[in-house]
Amino acid sequence: MAQSNIVETVDLEKHYKNVVALDGLSLAVPAGSIYGLLGQNGAGKTTAIKILMGLVRPTAGGAAIFGLPADQPAASVAIRQRTGFVSDERDLYDFMTVAKLIAFTASFYPGWRADLAARYVRSFDLPESRVVKALSRGARTKLALLLAFCRGAKLLILDEATSGLDPVASEEVLQVLVGHVANEGVTVFFSSHNIAEVEQIADHVAIIDRGRNVLSGALDDLREAYRRIEFVFDGEAPALKFHSTGVVRMERKGRVLSVLASSGSEQIVAEGRAHGSLSAQARPVTLKEIFLDIASRER
Amino acid sequence: MLFRPNPASGVPIYLQIMEQVKHAVETGALRPGEQLPGIRPLAEELVINPNTVAKAYRELEHDGIIELRQGAGAFVSAASGAQGRAEKFRGARTIVAAAVKQLRARGVTEDEIRRLIDAELAGLSGKGE
Repeated sequence: MAQSNIVETVDLEKHYKNVVALDGLSLAVPAGSIYGLLGQNGAGKTTAIKILMGLVRPTAGGAAIFGLPADQPAASVAIRQRTGFVSDERDLYDFMTVAKLIAFTASFYPGWRADLAARYVRSFDLPESRVVKALSRGARTKLALLLAFCRGAKLLILDEATSGLDPVASEEVLQVLVGHVANEGVTVFFSSHNIAEVEQIADHVAIIDRGRNVLSGALDDLREAYRRIEFVFDGEAPALKFHSTGVVRMERKGRVLSVLASSGSEQIVAEGRAHGSLSAQARPVTLKEIFLDIASRER
Repeated sequence: MLFRPNPASGVPIYLQIMEQVKHAVETGALRPGEQLPGIRPLAEELVINPNTVAKAYRELEHDGIIELRQGAGAFVSAASGAQGRAEKFRGARTIVAAAVKQLRARGVTEDEIRRLIDAELAGLSGKGE
């Protein structure tokens, strides 16, 4: 496995009795990245994360964090020492006060950052004497993040960190996260079904659908390569056969031929011209358009 | 200094920041020697990836617009051509203003003007006119 990848999965499979949750999932998360794992509910995001954290055993394939095999108990303990994990359920000890839970968690981690914990309690505005059970969903998420941030971890794995939060609380949580990344230089691997937040903070992205990685890479590369090209013809738009690679999808409507291209938009424009299009306009494509296109294609 | 990238526009965020810095230098909102916000505070303020801000600053340095001084931060470079750039920009604005005025007089709408300019810049306008 490449040294520069902090998290790596190869052909990961997980079959439950009647369900295939992961169907050959391969991912590579580079060191220092904020990596967004995007997929619809049920796409396999949580299963993949549970395998990485040693909570679920894969049916086949491999998963490694820091080069250590995630499915082996001894390695998994070492992984969890070096990884801050926030689960989908935010499972915290409800009966403890905020201050108690922080002190309790600190006792497990030799590298605990008491300085950061004190700072984040203030900046997250957490009520130290309140019992965890009585916290709002936003405060509960911030507390879970604090506990993950302060163990001195070089990797954060967050499962749907902002789900169930209102827009203000979720922006606060993202701000806390980018602030922590900026100051501590950690790698973040987070799952989300929220395209907007992935576009906002991720530099790498993987879109998974039905347990497979259908598109992944540096987000800027995708943004620079993908184009929507609209050709206008004099009469009914012809069903062109493009030689250029990179044509993902074509739609004809009257005089307009619309092409979604994953690369090579200039050659595609030139080909359209050669076939007599009157005008061609290429514009950037949002991650949302790519995601929706993949979702409809796979159905 | 106000930066406002739009993450959902499909245009890489680092390019948007670069454009906004260049624009600020052209309009004189940022002048040679002045300091830009640090990578960390800017990432936090805009709630975007610090790597993205760092990439924008690296590219701006490569283009000679800013200088990155070890430990001190990012500064608008004296050789950014800010003066000439500002003059060029003012001249260009006069041309655009005149063109827009003429087009409006012909009844071309704001949206149409915007699309025409975009198509012209992309080199994609039809050749038939």
